[in-house]
Amino acid sequence: MMPDLGKYAGAVLSAYGASLAGLIGLVAVSLWQGARMKRTLRDVEARSKAAGDV
Amino acid sequence: MSIWDYANPKKFMQVSAVLLPWVTGLALSCLAGGLVWGFFLTPDDYRQGSTVKIIYLHVPAAIMGTSAWFMMLVASLIWLIRRHHVSALAAKAAAPVGLTFTVIGLVTGAIWGQPMWGTWWAWDPRLTAFLILGLFYLGYIALWVAVDDPDTAADLTSVLCIVGSVFAVLSRYAVLFWNQGLHQGASLSLDAAENVSNVYAWPLWVCIAGFGMLFVSLVLLRTRTEVRGRRLSALLARERGVGG
Repeated sequence: MMPDLGKYAGAVLSAYGASLAGLIGLVAVSLWQGARMKRTLRDVEARSKAAGDV
Repeated sequence: MSIWDYANPKKFMQVSAVLLPWVTGLALSCLAGGLVWGFFLTPDDYRQGSTVKIIYLHVPAAIMGTSAWFMMLVASLIWLIRRHHVSALAAKAAAPVGLTFTVIGLVTGAIWGQPMWGTWWAWDPRLTAFLILGLFYLGYIALWVAVDDPDTAADLTSVLCIVGSVFAVLSRYAVLFWNQGLHQGASLSLDAAENVSNVYAWPLWVCIAGFGMLFVSLVLLRTRTEVRGRRLSALLARERGVGG
C-alpha cells in the first residue's frame, strides 16, 4: 500500500513526520491546558461557593 | 440578535461548546481524507517526482500561517475599537496555532526546496517575509507573557499585530509583485494556465479545508481555556480581597 517514493523518500517522509509531530503536539498541549484549566476553575468555584462568595 | 452578543463570554462558551465537536469532526475528516488521498492515491509529478506530495502539508500550513495572523488582526481591531475581551482572548489563543502552522510551512518548504532548488533556504522575498512573520508570532506570544495586566497586554499585542500584518501581506502576495525570488507563484489560481493539475488540486483543497477547520477548532478550544483562565483570575483576586 505504501507508494514508491523513490530517491525522495527521505524528504517526503521527514516532511510528513515533522508536520504530523507538530500538529499532534499542538493538539495535545491545547487539550492538556484546557483540561487543567477546567479542573482548576471547578475547584476554585467550589471553594468560593462553599465560602459564600459566588 | 447582534453578532456582538457572541462577545459575551457566557454566550461564547455556550455557542462554542455546541460548535466544537462538529468543527473538530470536520477537521479530522478532511485532514485524514485529504492526506490519505494526496499521499497514497496521487501520481508523482513528472519533474518533481514524489516530492510533490509535500504540497498537501506545505501549502495549507503556509496559507493558515498567514490567515491566522489576519484573524488575529481582525480580533485585535475589535478589541481596540469595541473592547470586547473575548476577541482579545481569541487573538491570544490563535497565536500558538498560527506559529505552529508557520513553522510547519517553513520546515516543509526547506525540506522540499533542498532537492528541487538545491538549497534549504534562500533570501527570497516570500520566504523572508514568512520567516519574519514567524518571528512576529514569537514576539506576540512573548509580549502576552511579559505583561501582567491583561488589558495592557491586549492593547500592546494588538498594536504589534497591526505592525506584523505588513509581513503577513508580503508573505502571501510578494510573489505577485516582487519578481526576484525562487518561490513560484500561486499553486491554486482562477487562471487555469498557472494552476496545478486537478489530480493534485482536489486533494489539496480538501487538505486546505482540513487545516482551516483544525485552526477554527483549536482557536475555539484555546479561547475557551482563556475565558476560563480570566474567570479563574477574577475568582482568585476576589479570594485575596483584591478584586473587591
